[in-house]
Amino acid sequence: MDLELTSDERDLQEGVRKLCEGRFPMEVVRGLEASGGVDRGRWRELAEAGVFTLRLPESAGGVGLGLREGVLVFEELGRALVPGPLVASSLAAGVVDGEVVGSVERDGLVVESLGSLDALVVRDGSGLWAVDPSEVEGEAVARPLDPLTPLTRVESLPQGSQVGGADEAARWRVEGAALTAALQLGSAEATLDAAVAYAKERTQFDRPIGTFQAVKHILADMLVRVEVARAAVWAAGATLDQPDVGDPARAASAAKVLADEAALANGKAAIQVHGGMGFTWEVDAHLHLKRAWVLATQFGSAEHHCEALAAAL
Amino acid sequence: MDLRYTEEEEAFRTELRSWLAEVLPSVPPEPARDDWEGRRRWDTDWQHRLFDAGYAGINWPAEVGGRGASPTEQLIFLEETEKAHAPYVGVNFVGLLHAGPTLIAEASEEQKARHLPAILKGDQVWCQGFSEPGAGSDLASLRTRAVRDGDDYVISGQKIWTSFAQVADYCELLVRTSPDAPKHRGITWLILPMDSPGIEIRPLRTIAGSTEFSEVFLDEVRVPVANRVGPEDDGWRVAMVTFSFERGTAFVSEMLQTMELLRDLGRLVPETDASSRRELGRLRADLDALWALTKRNVSQAARTGVPGVGGSVFKLHYSETRNRLGDLAMRVLDRASLSLEDEHVGGRVHAISLGIAAGTSQIQRNIVAERILGLPKERSWTSS
Repeated sequence: MDLELTSDERDLQEGVRKLCEGRFPMEVVRGLEASGGVDRGRWRELAEAGVFTLRLPESAGGVGLGLREGVLVFEELGRALVPGPLVASSLAAGVVDGEVVGSVERDGLVVESLGSLDALVVRDGSGLWAVDPSEVEGEAVARPLDPLTPLTRVESLPQGSQVGGADEAARWRVEGAALTAALQLGSAEATLDAAVAYAKERTQFDRPIGTFQAVKHILADMLVRVEVARAAVWAAGATLDQPDVGDPARAASAAKVLADEAALANGKAAIQVHGGMGFTWEVDAHLHLKRAWVLATQFGSAEHHCEALAAAL
Repeated sequence: MDLRYTEEEEAFRTELRSWLAEVLPSVPPEPARDDWEGRRRWDTDWQHRLFDAGYAGINWPAEVGGRGASPTEQLIFLEETEKAHAPYVGVNFVGLLHAGPTLIAEASEEQKARHLPAILKGDQVWCQGFSEPGAGSDLASLRTRAVRDGDDYVISGQKIWTSFAQVADYCELLVRTSPDAPKHRGITWLILPMDSPGIEIRPLRTIAGSTEFSEVFLDEVRVPVANRVGPEDDGWRVAMVTFSFERGTAFVSEMLQTMELLRDLGRLVPETDASSRRELGRLRADLDALWALTKRNVSQAARTGVPGVGGSVFKLHYSETRNRLGDLAMRVLDRASLSLEDEHVGGRVHAISLGIAAGTSQIQRNIVAERILGLPKERSWTSS
């Protein structure tokens, strides 16, 4: 039993972090608003790095790793606030053709990033359905909450052609929850780091505001949320790879609940620590918070997962 | 990242399980809550059985008579003994988890020989004389005086929150030896025999109705200089060795009990009470994450040899979670069970102590902010 990273896992995570720092610095990410959040060239670089095919066997052109590595990679994508349908494109690798693949529950009300999609996989009670995005009719949501995640309101979705049964759809929900939780974990870490850096540098009453216990305790609580969420997300990655150590659905639900909470609460706390500047568009914390609000609705809300956890108690 | 236990670890678990199944039926019933003589006998008898079977001092090094188990085996030990409802460490807590580890790290060979085997066998019960009425969170401001007189220290002062003082043989005592030195530099760590003349013990009643804590009054108590552990005025550093042990796996048994409480509460929440069911699920997520966090802390201890500051993170979230579980229980039970005898109600009251004992939640946040996040210290406050 070892819930620390192996040197290979550490190298993988650092590699993805460097890739994100190089290709998705914040000024680039902000600039992606113009292209609906997805820039094909940079998306392809993620694909070439194996982000989406990480878990495909090597014989199928993948990297042959598991969800343990998956959550580490997605933690970094979340930290960098990389936009686009990352989780769905990863789940869809080897299932449907296309580089940029979205996914939504059939009664999901809105579709994310529709204009960028090569394929859309609809999940419902009977399975997974591949839908041609050009056949989806809907109306663009004005001023989408996350400026990097365009939304289209849809009345109903085309039936599509079946690409997986009910078991596959259930597996997508569990794995999707774990990977989305990893994105949220990364975001919670990014807002913690930004708030700590600001608290050390911002001076009021002739001292850094991080000297004051009132500010320190906000930051300490942010770290607690990160560490609790990290334990849950990593445990979910390990449990999904090794179902003999626990219940994958239970582990993924716990991860989603706690990582949603960490990303949302840390986003709000980071704005608070930045004070008035935190309420401006130019400080990044609001972009993390808004993404966290969107991700909180994907692959099961916290309320949904809490009910599932209680039902299986 | 691997949640699977090794074959050796599983073998250790299997062997421990079958030993527990064999011996537990012959353990007599637990004595009454306030029967301290009975509790001492019950706890120390169990400790003696652990010793005979080779399970005493599970995390103590083999060269001082411990099991020398890895941090992971220690976790398995705590998990299996709790799941089998074996007796808890009880009055042996301070000896095995505080004083013993400090003696292992800092005591002379003679002191080790006099105390360590006796602690392991359950022949010596220890208590802790650290906190004072005027020195709680600011422990280093303690004022109990020790004045050198020949080969003795002569000690006068008052200690508080001393667990098991009424049945202890020895006390790990912090005293002020240099009143004019900076507060962290004038403290000395002493072994105080509890049968020394001049000691008066007054039990304190907690809000949970329990009496494990006492106030200890010291009036010109003589302690040989030979009972000093570490150099004079270096007691703060010596005491910190104890704290790093306390924040390792100290809450594992209690947390597993909390998981059982949650399952029990789950049976009491009606299917139609959606908001309580959600809170139940949320608490399950928190407890599962705390269990994973414990495994992370244990993994770090296994790699580095020392428990890290992860213990503060754990304690903060465990305390909050336990209090929320208690709030849910009170809401669900409503008027059905307004008695401290009910484990949910007693547990609700107990939860309040978690944010106070062994470093308040506010002090823990200072520790996290300064030691992990590297924020600047405020004036004279120091968490070192």
